[in-house]
Amino acid sequence: MSAPTTHRWPASGFDALAPNPSAADFVTLLKPRVMSLVVFTGLTGLVMAPGALHPVLALVAILCIAIGAGASGAINMWYDADIDAVMERTADRPIPAGRMSREQALTFGVILAVGSVAVMGLATNWVAAALLALTIGFYVFVYTMFLKRRTPQNIVIGGAAGAFPPMIGWAAVSGDVAIGSVVLFALIFFWTPPHFWALGLVKAKEYARAGVPMLPVVAGEKATLRQILLYSVILAPLGVLPAVVGIASPAYGVAAGVLGLVFLALAIRLAVRPGNKLAMGLFGYSIAYLFLLFAWMLGERLLGVWA
Amino acid sequence: MANRDPADVERRKRQRSRNLALLAVLIGVIVLFYLMTIVQFGGGEAP
Repeated sequence: MSAPTTHRWPASGFDALAPNPSAADFVTLLKPRVMSLVVFTGLTGLVMAPGALHPVLALVAILCIAIGAGASGAINMWYDADIDAVMERTADRPIPAGRMSREQALTFGVILAVGSVAVMGLATNWVAAALLALTIGFYVFVYTMFLKRRTPQNIVIGGAAGAFPPMIGWAAVSGDVAIGSVVLFALIFFWTPPHFWALGLVKAKEYARAGVPMLPVVAGEKATLRQILLYSVILAPLGVLPAVVGIASPAYGVAAGVLGLVFLALAIRLAVRPGNKLAMGLFGYSIAYLFLLFAWMLGERLLGVWA
Repeated sequence: MANRDPADVERRKRQRSRNLALLAVLIGVIVLFYLMTIVQFGGGEAP
């Protein structure tokens, strides 16, 4: 007995109603901008780790970190398609725009996640592969599925997923988790809340419409500004820590101290005179801050200034 | 030959772009595994 036909394909052989994503849509799923930051911090961890890795294997390790991050992004877009559809910033993503089905995104994400972890293990070591798997799992299960819609602390704990890449890069070379890689992790971990909350203050209405309990939505502007200030106070000295533990030079320590004080000053200015312009100013500076710290450490190693 | 529906042409074009991208990825993976194997056989240490 044949199964009843529920769907007829047109004579052309194509389903006219099925989503038909382009190759570019699959690239969009990978969140290329997030990926570039992850590659940068992962590369820094890889270069700063003691020991050496063959350039081909180092390239594979960075590729795996990038693909793993992209896989997390794709699975996130599968799960959060309903939220993306109501936020202006994300409404044109492939799923809410109707160019791709949720199943296509999930399949793509899972294949890349499994593939990136397996290749990382084969190319470098299984500590790095386990950390990559942990990062993907943390972003998908802990942040996306559990925290994001439940608590205003979503990005505090979820920020760990974004902080793992330098640790993965480090482990790809050394095969372990050391104090140096933990310091790099902590730097990104404590940088994440003030960075996202500064943006959250500006986009609070959008988050509220999407039902995402970001701190500015749930606790209000005043409480968010207090939290930004608190994390900036922790972050400023933390930026200097790489020099203290010896993975960066004293000159880096001085520069990081100055940059951290500027961060703190901008956070204080925002707390005193709240407003979108100053919030976006802090948001923009936070990106430059993290980039400069990691670029300095990376540059020192590549130029042989600090070994 | 019958006139093709423009939407159908567009769909075929997108499918072709996906196929080519997949081909490029597959070739990339083959090259990647080849290089990884060669390097691992050589001890996998930095030159």
